[in-house]
Amino acid sequence: MRILCPYCGERDAHEFSIRGEAPMTRPVVIGVPMAEAVAALHDRRNPPGRTREFWYHGAGCRSWLLVDRDLRTHEVFGATLASGAF
Amino acid sequence: MRYSALSLAWNAATGHRFWKPAWRDAEPKPAYDVVIVGGGGHGLATAFYLAKNHGVRRIAVVEKGWIGNGSVGRNTTIIRSNYLHPANTRFYEFSMKLWEGLEQALNYNVMVSQRSILNVFHSDAQRDAYARRGNAMRIAGVDAELLDTDGVRKRYPFFDFDNARFPIRGGLLQPRGGTVRHDAVAWGYARAASDLGVDIIQNAEVVGIDIQGGRAVAVETTRGRITADRIGISVAGHTSHVAAMAGLVLPIESHVIQAFVTEAVKPLISGVVTFGAGHFYISQSDKGGLVFGGDIDGYGSYAGRGNLPVAEDVAEGGMALMPAIGRLRILRNWGGVVDMTPDGSPFIDLTPVQNLYLNGGWNYGGFKATPAAGWTFAHLLATGQSHELAAAYRLDRHATGRVIDENGQGAQPNLH
Repeated sequence: MRILCPYCGERDAHEFSIRGEAPMTRPVVIGVPMAEAVAALHDRRNPPGRTREFWYHGAGCRSWLLVDRDLRTHEVFGATLASGAF
Repeated sequence: MRYSALSLAWNAATGHRFWKPAWRDAEPKPAYDVVIVGGGGHGLATAFYLAKNHGVRRIAVVEKGWIGNGSVGRNTTIIRSNYLHPANTRFYEFSMKLWEGLEQALNYNVMVSQRSILNVFHSDAQRDAYARRGNAMRIAGVDAELLDTDGVRKRYPFFDFDNARFPIRGGLLQPRGGTVRHDAVAWGYARAASDLGVDIIQNAEVVGIDIQGGRAVAVETTRGRITADRIGISVAGHTSHVAAMAGLVLPIESHVIQAFVTEAVKPLISGVVTFGAGHFYISQSDKGGLVFGGDIDGYGSYAGRGNLPVAEDVAEGGMALMPAIGRLRILRNWGGVVDMTPDGSPFIDLTPVQNLYLNGGWNYGGFKATPAAGWTFAHLLATGQSHELAAAYRLDRHATGRVIDENGQGAQPNLH
């Protein structure tokens, strides 16, 4: 698996750490009912197809990225900086 | 028919021409009392215990491919009950006891081999942690023994005891741990369930769950619609997207875990062994191949295959523990899809949808749980109440704070 980092170009996935599925909107966990906060922290859509994930390029530019990837094929379609995405 | 020494001798003498299929490949009927989605080890065990323990008669197991095609046929066949947390110790020890009587219960040779499991440790701190776990096990009535270096050396003289980074200081042994022939577990449960009237329906993928007025009433499959009074989801690895058909979003990520088999060698590793300084576990199959695995790859995946960095990491763990295997060639490696949960523990619970029940989130440890998961999930489906041994495996435990985090990793599914 290789990820096209916006700063570093195409790099081996070995250089990155995954944080997991990115939510559609910025999660709100304060000032909302407990059930909503727990869901925002723990629930995952986990679709058998394309999804957006947070990856950290620890052995490269140290940026947090939003990676568009297919969970069925491991195909990576692209990555953008997570900063300012929400 | 029941298998016996007599039936084996008679069929051998007649050239094995008269064996009949072990179970019925059923056609779907329009309605059942209980429909179980997923014909893996857990689904088939659930069907068997529903029929046997609870007398439910109209049961269907619907499987998208063929039975035993998923995780029950892809795991590394290990059984053990060496857990620390009381909820897990109780559950997995019950599972171990069911394993011990399974061949008699099913009249099927599933090759339960209690060849022991040894968790090697490498430091004083790790010895303390393992001693604590062993003590917790013994308090709960589970067998556990703390071995020093000589104790480990007696069993496995070829380990790298004086490794510069990871010297071996001893190990925690569970003598009753071991391995089971995993495919036979699926076949044995299928045969026993089929004998009790359970319909096993293959090549029937569930593509929809019909919900009316907050109640699940039917599943739509590629072989037609099947109505049911109760529906159980038992599709670990694919729980998220099956549950999504009922509008549920669950705290589960699907991940890939890989396993490896080497070429066959003469008997070398008598039990199951785990390395303490990395994630590596190994046993030797009856055919002679070394069967081993390690960490999950760490990223979400439904692909059923992993990548080489983990293969390298697993091989490094093996070499640090037993350099003698370094010249063996790996014959095969494969991957399976597993449900990873925020605390590393499973769910056997009701769902917010009435008449829809969930057994899933087994992380990479579902195989050893097969009998107990089937037993307790059957209890839940039959009575609508959690079995006392599975009462802790609730869907809402992340909200109530009653998490069961065996490894103390925190709410990050891919770290368990």
